[in-house]
Amino acid sequence: MYNSPYLRKNASVRRVMSTVLVAMLPAIALQCWLFGSALLVHIALASVTALLCEAAMLALRHRPVAPALGDMSALVTAWLIAVCLPPLLPWWATVIGTAFALVIGKHLYGGLGQNPFNPAMLAYALLIVCFPALMAQWPGLGVGDFASQMDWVFGGARAVDAMTGATPLDALRTGLMTGQHADAVLHTTPFGHVAGAGWEWVSLAWALGGLLLLALRVITWHVPVAFIVAVALVATIASAIDPARFAGPDFHLLAGGTLMGAFFIATDPVSGATTPRGKLIFAAGIALIAWCIRAFGAYPDGIAFAVLLMNICVPMIDMKTQPPVFGHKNGGAS
Amino acid sequence: MLRKLFSFNGGVKPDPNKSASTREPIARLPLPPQLVIPLHQNIGGTPRPLVRVGERVRHGQRIGAADGNVSSAVHAPASGIVMAVEPRLMPHASGLSAMAVVIEPDGQDEHVEREPFDWKAASADEVRDYLRDAGVVGLGGAVFPSHLKLSPGRAMATHTLVINGAECEPFITCDDMLMRSEAHDILHGAQIMKRLLGARQVLVGIEDNKPEAAAAMRAAAAALGDPSIEIVVVPTRYPAGGAKQLIRVLTGIEVPHGSRSTDYGVQCFNVATALAVLNALERGEPLVRRIVTVAGNVERPRNFDVAIGTPIGFVFQHAGLKPDTDKLIMGGPMMGIPLPDMDAPVVKATNCLLASSPALFPPPQPELPCIRCGECARACPADLQPFELYWHSRARNFGRAQEYHLFDCIECGCCAYVCPSHIPLVDYYRYAKSEIWARERDKDAADSARERFEFRNWRAEREREEKAAKLAARSAAAARPAAAATGAEADDPKKALIEAALARARAQKDAAAARATDELAPAGGQQAGTGGLQQAQAGGELVQAAPSDKQVE
Repeated sequence: MYNSPYLRKNASVRRVMSTVLVAMLPAIALQCWLFGSALLVHIALASVTALLCEAAMLALRHRPVAPALGDMSALVTAWLIAVCLPPLLPWWATVIGTAFALVIGKHLYGGLGQNPFNPAMLAYALLIVCFPALMAQWPGLGVGDFASQMDWVFGGARAVDAMTGATPLDALRTGLMTGQHADAVLHTTPFGHVAGAGWEWVSLAWALGGLLLLALRVITWHVPVAFIVAVALVATIASAIDPARFAGPDFHLLAGGTLMGAFFIATDPVSGATTPRGKLIFAAGIALIAWCIRAFGAYPDGIAFAVLLMNICVPMIDMKTQPPVFGHKNGGAS
Repeated sequence: MLRKLFSFNGGVKPDPNKSASTREPIARLPLPPQLVIPLHQNIGGTPRPLVRVGERVRHGQRIGAADGNVSSAVHAPASGIVMAVEPRLMPHASGLSAMAVVIEPDGQDEHVEREPFDWKAASADEVRDYLRDAGVVGLGGAVFPSHLKLSPGRAMATHTLVINGAECEPFITCDDMLMRSEAHDILHGAQIMKRLLGARQVLVGIEDNKPEAAAAMRAAAAALGDPSIEIVVVPTRYPAGGAKQLIRVLTGIEVPHGSRSTDYGVQCFNVATALAVLNALERGEPLVRRIVTVAGNVERPRNFDVAIGTPIGFVFQHAGLKPDTDKLIMGGPMMGIPLPDMDAPVVKATNCLLASSPALFPPPQPELPCIRCGECARACPADLQPFELYWHSRARNFGRAQEYHLFDCIECGCCAYVCPSHIPLVDYYRYAKSEIWARERDKDAADSARERFEFRNWRAEREREEKAAKLAARSAAAARPAAAATGAEADDPKKALIEAALARARAQKDAAAARATDELAPAGGQQAGTGGLQQAQAGGELVQAAPSDKQVE
């Protein structure tokens, strides 16, 4: 016996998660084409690890395994972890990060829907804190073939330093530390048009996938718009005040994880704010913290830490931004 | 004239499924061998039975008298013999029984005298009493006694009468077909209501998926030549037929939970209720029949004009129930209630009888954890955060659920309809509401027990004091026997003593009340107590919300 409503829309968690996976494909494809296919190996590693951890944890928690594995949420977490990590990272680091995200980040908090922190960002934070050097192993544009990339991932090759290229954020940080003008650093060769040869295009591919999510109503406009506007605003103001020390908005929008974060990370419904106003505050907060970490912090990119910090604030943001209920707007009839 | 329409947030657009039952005109269903007429078919008090077993009743004879003013009479839909006055199975999910009058029709259909009521000459109170005794209740499903809604507003004058022909639930077409065939009478009834309310305009709201009904109503309005009546076609979006949603769409006014629409100058009735008012006042016909849509898994979906009390099985026989039917539903697929049995009768609230099959309404998929995607919040027409309500209801954290406006939920089912995790969200809200109501009742019972106890103590104290005062007065009188003129003064110390005792009792009671409210959830107490009633007043299609208020009790 069950009660009304008897009609149900044809919607499912599986469908939502699959849509997210599909929306990630343009960026993944473009990154593989520009920087080599090592990314696919990491995606496979993360996926297998995630599914195994998910199944093991569900069994330990005496929960039905099949429906939860079928909801594809573990795969979304796995893919998001893989695309955040440098493709030349040793395989075991990806496995550790994914296992940490699933076991500690997700299931120890109660599984799907219960985790206060974004699991993918937990994995990223863990790895960058533990293995900062390995986490800098980003491939340069058009350097090295698949076989030598695999040497890095599985063989632990360390000799061919020429294969890695500093990411734009790294280069900017190093350049600024050596006393160079920001503008001068940005006009060196690895920087492509705006924010890193190749990487700026990958960023745009993330935005393309994000627009797909928007069009399919998987996410709402609030998070990406607030995120992008906040980054652009703070970067514009800072670079206007001191162009020698701060890069402009075009760089900050297309470098690092800005667009991916805006569309795929900060939009995670479980660990993010849920009310319309809350989403604006949450996303703008991430953008501001991330920019501060980029400009003043010890790490080149700050999206992960910014997301985790704002995750902590979500319960309060949601509580304080409850939208007015029907009939209670303007204190009564409107 | 083009009216500026407003919109409410949220809502969903399920497949209307209305065409199958609108192909044939309304058919008059013959009388069944036995009619089971429940006495309680209204929000409010249960009518008292007026007939005894073995008595012969005539068509239209009152068989149950309204119990107080918040109640409504019931009548015999046919002449015949009263076979029983006993508890019978009700069309309610609980499967409980309630008092009913069982009549075996004699086939002669002998009427009581039908006298039109000179309502224009009668006082407003007389008209309301007449409607109460004619058993007129809201036919959109709420069955709130109509006479209670037909007084001019207290806080402000009622300027607008909204006639609800939106009929937003899928499958249901009884109002649609009624508007097509009885447009003139519906509007005539609306004119009477407008006059009783002292309203200036009548707005008839019809969803745009019913062009035939809208055309018929427009033609009827033109024929009446009443410029105050306006037929307004509104966009099809469930639940546009909820009274508060329709009032919002037509007038822009949002009536908050806990308020009446008349506080904002608007009153709302279903189209069938307007017709029932006309039939009662102009034709002397009490409410003994209604239009019922029979749809879903049946051979011949159609609308029937059914005598109240007809067993549901008898109705389905005429529509041809398909063999793979697994469930019967009263109402639509969004808010309908599962029926316990074929024997339950059609009542005044029965707007639709829906046969379900696994193919038509598949059983829900397994419930998955909430991922806080917010689809429910986007679909909620009451602007609630359904996932937060779910969270707190599930945790039995009812105080928090009330802080998140649990009682503003109209149980329309939009949230559960869109939920990708297939969570039966409305069931959680029903559970939370009934738990809160139960706690309220427990608390009320404890409060009144304590009050009785305190009153008893206070009375004992008072008696002691009075005795002492009397004694004092007597000894004082004995001391000054000649002072007849000072007799009045002797009363004063007595009075002062009583006053002091009263003040002490009051202080005690206040302290006790303060303690009692500490244990209760914040702000909810008052809301919860009146929740059922107001839910009912919401009217329209939407009010099968609090079934416990409707048929049990």
